[in-house]
Amino acid sequence: MSDSTDPTTALDGNAAAGVLSSVFTTELTAAVAWCLGCGRGAALADAAFFVDAPGAVLRCRGCEGVLVRVVVAPDRTWLDLHGVAVLELPVGP
Amino acid sequence: MPWRVGTVRAVHDETPTARTLVLEVPDWSGHVAGQHVDIRLTAPDGYSATRSYSVASAAGPSATVEVTVDRVPDGEVSPFLTEVLPVGGAVELRGPLGGWFVWRPDGAAVVQLVGGGSGVVPLMSMLRTHAAASAETPMRLLLSVRDPAALFYADELAALTREGGHRGLTVVWTREAPAGADRPPGRVDAALLAAATIPAADRPTCFVCGPNGFVEAAAAMLVAAGHAAARIRTERFGPTGGSRR
Amino acid sequence: MGIVTPGFTGRRRDEAPDLPPGQYLTHDFPVLSAGPTPGVDRDRWSLEVVTETGDRSQWSWPELMALPRETVTVDLHCVTRWSKLGTSWTGVSLDTLLADVETTADYALVHSYGGYTTNLPLADLLDGQAWVAFEYEHDELDPEHGGPARLLVPHLYLWKSAKWVRGITLTVDDEPGFWESVGYHNYGDPWREQRYWDE
Repeated sequence: MSDSTDPTTALDGNAAAGVLSSVFTTELTAAVAWCLGCGRGAALADAAFFVDAPGAVLRCRGCEGVLVRVVVAPDRTWLDLHGVAVLELPVGP
Repeated sequence: MPWRVGTVRAVHDETPTARTLVLEVPDWSGHVAGQHVDIRLTAPDGYSATRSYSVASAAGPSATVEVTVDRVPDGEVSPFLTEVLPVGGAVELRGPLGGWFVWRPDGAAVVQLVGGGSGVVPLMSMLRTHAAASAETPMRLLLSVRDPAALFYADELAALTREGGHRGLTVVWTREAPAGADRPPGRVDAALLAAATIPAADRPTCFVCGPNGFVEAAAAMLVAAGHAAARIRTERFGPTGGSRR
Repeated sequence: MGIVTPGFTGRRRDEAPDLPPGQYLTHDFPVLSAGPTPGVDRDRWSLEVVTETGDRSQWSWPELMALPRETVTVDLHCVTRWSKLGTSWTGVSLDTLLADVETTADYALVHSYGGYTTNLPLADLLDGQAWVAFEYEHDELDPEHGGPARLLVPHLYLWKSAKWVRGITLTVDDEPGFWESVGYHNYGDPWREQRYWDE
């Protein structure tokens, strides 16, 4: 993928747990997401997480396509999940 | 998930740059080993900065949660947490967070932990949890550290991984090794990893944590050694807060 | 707003009288990105303008370098609240690039290497308001700040100044770009504090 020393690729979806928790009560980083772009399925925790941006962006490690975008404003939050074709959530603890 | 207030009950310096904060959080629901908390600091003008820190303490009912913060040079949050925040001070935190990079003692799988630098923190929670539960399934840690001054929890790691127990430890020094070390300083390579980790044939669950480059390299080595990718879980640490040049 | 943490100030931030509402002055140059830094070789770089009728104009790197260039000093305002004043950029004005482009379109959708997009009225690219910039402070523009070349439209929030610019499509209808389609304001005037979608 990209230069692993590039600071903008430094994190993964584990670090998105906090911002996702402001939108969802269900823990989502353990959910498996199938990329709409390339069909690769992986836990959201595994996605490339770009947090130093006007919003949070999770990208597929297979094709770099955007899986999830979150923008948090003081009074509203926007969520775009359309890059995820299917989300599979584990049930139970 | 709401932001709560954590009050510093104690601090403990692990190394010249890393400090453990013992935070008391009212109605803390406890955590699972491997989870983290987000800590948010707010300046008087409303400017705020949020960072994630892995919980270092063992899972289980507790009124306190421990995080070990490594001071990042020119960082915005870690210098405050490690040098300014006093005992009795308070920070906002959110958590526990995370459901992927977690380990519970109820499974039968053997566990291989691989850590780089400050990536040892969530792995320490796993080792402490394993010990507190008197778990008997093997758990090994391969830890890559720059030099002895950079090793967190040195004494406790030694105690937790004593010979003859169910937990084992290999430390690899990458820049400077202590006198009497097994090998000269150098990075983990495929041969070293194979020798120091649970064999792929035993189907361990692997947890790899550290800087991005370390995690990518270590995970690739585990796959090359025969571990199924589905049994490798990774957590990357790295700079946040908008690199600034 | 979070509970104030006694003793925490964060990086140096100043208030200044000339800032748009809600901004603070920064003395460094934060790097923000929605994706990895694309690596673009100058010998494969191109910039393309496509009109609403499909007419294309294209410039290679040497062709861009041969165009008249300007050095301007402008203020930058990021929607994440930092502003950086008096920054120097060298680039080719969009007035120069679009001089021979025939169009009746009112809007532009800007495309970057790596897939980022942003939209703005065509009028905001003209009349000395925008450049394709390739030098920052008289040095080659760093990839993490958008090099080899980025769009620079300083009168709007900095997310409109698309890094790693590769093309501009002129459109009859306004098409929201990457951030505009998920909550950020369609126009983004810092002086009217247009950060998010109108309610």
